[in-house]
Amino acid sequence: MLLSGCSELTVLDPKGPVGESQKDLILYSLVFMMGIVVVVFSLFAFMVIKYRDKPNRKENDYKPDLHGNRTLEIIWTIIPVMIVTALSIPTVSTLFDLEKPPESSNDQEPLVIYATSADWKWFFSYPEQGIETVNYLHIPTNRAIEFRLSSADSMASLWIPALGGQKYNMTGMETILYLQADEPGIYDGRNSNFNGEGFARQTFKVHAENSAEFQNWVASIQNEAPELTQNQYDSLLKPGLEGKMAFSSTHLAWVDHGTNEGRDYSVVRHWDAFGELLHLENGENHEHK
Amino acid sequence: MQLDEFFVTGEPLIYAGMVAIVLVTSAIIFLLTYFKKWQWLWREWLTTVDHKKIGIMYILSALAMLFRAGMDALMMRTQLAFPDMNFLNAQHYNEVFTTHGTIMIIFMAMPFLIGLMNIVVPLQIGARDFAFPFVNALSFWSFFFGALLFNISFVIGGSPDAGWTSYTPLSGAAMSPGPGQNFYLLALQLSGIGTLATGINLMVTIIKMRAPGMTLFKMPIFTWSTLITSFIIVFAFPILTIALALLTIDRIFGSQFFTVTGEGLPMMWANLFWMWGHPEVYIVILPAFGIFSEVISTFAKKRLFGYNVMVWSIILIAGLSFLVWVHHFFTMGAGAFVNSVFSISTMAIAVPTGVKIFNWLATLYKSKIQMTTAMMWALAFIPSFVIGGVTGVMLGMAAADYQFHNSYFLIAHFHYVLIAGTVFACFAGLVYWYPKMFGHKLNERIGKWSFWLFVIGFHVCFFPQYFLGLDGMPRRVFHIIPEWMPLNQIATVGAFVMGIGFAVFVFNIYYSYRHSEREKTGDPWDGRTLEWATPTPVPHYNFAIVPHVESHDAHWDMKQKDKTIYNESKLEPIHMPNSTGQPFIMMAILFFASFALVFEWIWLAVAGLIGALVMMGIRSFDYDEGHHVEVDEIKQTERSARRL
Repeated sequence: MLLSGCSELTVLDPKGPVGESQKDLILYSLVFMMGIVVVVFSLFAFMVIKYRDKPNRKENDYKPDLHGNRTLEIIWTIIPVMIVTALSIPTVSTLFDLEKPPESSNDQEPLVIYATSADWKWFFSYPEQGIETVNYLHIPTNRAIEFRLSSADSMASLWIPALGGQKYNMTGMETILYLQADEPGIYDGRNSNFNGEGFARQTFKVHAENSAEFQNWVASIQNEAPELTQNQYDSLLKPGLEGKMAFSSTHLAWVDHGTNEGRDYSVVRHWDAFGELLHLENGENHEHK
Repeated sequence: MQLDEFFVTGEPLIYAGMVAIVLVTSAIIFLLTYFKKWQWLWREWLTTVDHKKIGIMYILSALAMLFRAGMDALMMRTQLAFPDMNFLNAQHYNEVFTTHGTIMIIFMAMPFLIGLMNIVVPLQIGARDFAFPFVNALSFWSFFFGALLFNISFVIGGSPDAGWTSYTPLSGAAMSPGPGQNFYLLALQLSGIGTLATGINLMVTIIKMRAPGMTLFKMPIFTWSTLITSFIIVFAFPILTIALALLTIDRIFGSQFFTVTGEGLPMMWANLFWMWGHPEVYIVILPAFGIFSEVISTFAKKRLFGYNVMVWSIILIAGLSFLVWVHHFFTMGAGAFVNSVFSISTMAIAVPTGVKIFNWLATLYKSKIQMTTAMMWALAFIPSFVIGGVTGVMLGMAAADYQFHNSYFLIAHFHYVLIAGTVFACFAGLVYWYPKMFGHKLNERIGKWSFWLFVIGFHVCFFPQYFLGLDGMPRRVFHIIPEWMPLNQIATVGAFVMGIGFAVFVFNIYYSYRHSEREKTGDPWDGRTLEWATPTPVPHYNFAIVPHVESHDAHWDMKQKDKTIYNESKLEPIHMPNSTGQPFIMMAILFFASFALVFEWIWLAVAGLIGALVMMGIRSFDYDEGHHVEVDEIKQTERSARRL
């Protein structure tokens, strides 16, 4: 019952190979942890029940000066060392795997998406397609996505729990995160790293769809969406909340916040705006317009 | 600056807080005046250098801080109970979780443990006070005024709102203008002076002032854990001091250490913070291990199993604690190799910790367990901490941590280790040493009520949070989505049960003060270590005659051999330090200087700093040699304390 309940939890019900490998690692470690918990809890229950100070205790059951046992102590040092070793090996190999695009989609180049965080919104730039979206994301299934993460201002963390783990977005530097969706669907994505008043609303939906649908969507944005001008982009960077938007050009034409030159682009433009409160309440317009 | 910028306005909760503060302050002033207690307060408490009284002041302050930060917690849990709850807005919620975390760690956990160390360590090693009693008083007042500075941000200027980790660039001048973050920086800096000084003080006290015969490996285990903790403090706190100073200079004087502009290194803050911050969590957990060892051994009526291994485990954990800081930000993109190294060093800590768990269990083997309240807190620690520990190992697996990071899984983990470890230890220690401090036990029946309420509430509150984390709920959000509601509501119920448990605990202090039987023997638990060899109330010089120690569990050993440490014919005059108001005054001046700096009133701050320097000058030329307690006075004190 516990396991069936758990399989509904987002992290334990991943929709892509990255989340899958992390789920496997979590469940693998959980087996050891359950083992440890069972052993310690049983020993604990045994000691506490058996050795309570009751009147009918036998005299030879009480050894107040018992203070060590070399063999036992060596055993319960070696067993944890073995467990830690058993956990380290898959951890390290998974760590190295996560630095590369998932193997299952090796036949295609990863799709590059620049994911830029700005207080408190997301810009997703598709340089190859020449389009940019704000606060929502479309990705093709069965193809690795290479997220190039950066931030225009405070540190954020891009997290799509259904697809896999997160990485930080920092200004002036670029981090790479590979994710992939195998099942079409709409998944929750967000900034998971606290970065100020609008933090809880810095969320987005990920639309994972098959390749053809994705191409259709790209084409429709290319044809129908307006171009993003630098003036408009600058005003969008101002700290605050924004709805969903799409553009048929990207901001990478004039700034890449993941480079050292782009690190203070937003802060110098909006210096005074960071101090202004949004007076953000938990209200009805919960979702983005 | 306008008055409405100085005082926090517009929040009904804060207005209520202001009214409460004014009422309580007036009530205290009225009572002190009415009962003519001002002189008593100054003479007996504000100017004392007695480690026992300073310890009591630490613990009382820590309990007050536990109340305050606990109220913060209940406010957060209330806000998270329903998806459409609008009890706290985003800004207010951010302030509340920031002050909750900061106060719990810096102004609750550490002072509580340092308070217990203050009272217990000199008694355990047969010393008459700290090595530097004046510095000890200075440390307390530095903590006290630091805590005061942090807490007034609630009504004056506005609370910090960047989390207890205060990550840059968010906490820098650009993104968090105003006094809030300055309160954080200067309050931590001010109280940090005291922590560092206490670390040095305890280190010297334990190394230099042990009773003859007490070699290092005959020291009680709590003293051992304190010694190791003080080493961690001395090595870790300077890092915090520097980091705070750099960020303060950034914010107030416009330098660019951690800024986004001018080639600053915002991520360096995270490194510096956790290079202090990870040892810091061992600063609050190792003394807890020491307390549990003492309590378990006393109430199991049995020697601690594997004493030497226990000591070496503590030393190993302390060493490793400096080598794992990167695990707080595996997700920063340092690469697979760096993350692998820190993953393995993190998991390695589980080995000595696991050994300690098994040693505690082995201590219970063939023992005679007495289910006192203190013992119950210590026993509840073992299974609860194991849950926190194994999930800690899971978090240490960097590849999996990418999913756990910043989620409620992490929140559940560190509350499992910090509450089941540190808070249970504080309660266990307070109940255990209470008779030594106040001359009577806490009521056992009420104590057990508070125990069960708190422990059950704790598990109900935090166990569901592991699952919330796995369901993708991030920390520090001020509202939830409907899917997360059921588990959050369970957690909220648990939090309130914990609150009731704490209230019962505090009520027990009052009840026991009124009704508990007064202590006569000085050894109410049939204890094993030297603090139980002193009479109750403990004379201000602690030991009329410095005991000679032959084994660990020195007092137990003496009881077996029918010896006592008191011999009237061998009394000699005892040299003791004089009380002094200088620590209080010096730290009060630094408090005003810090307050001025928070609002960036530079000249006022400089004046305060000069005042503090003048006080240091006065102290340097102060040839106060202390006083001698004469033999007649010792005889009288001991006869009445020992009821001879």
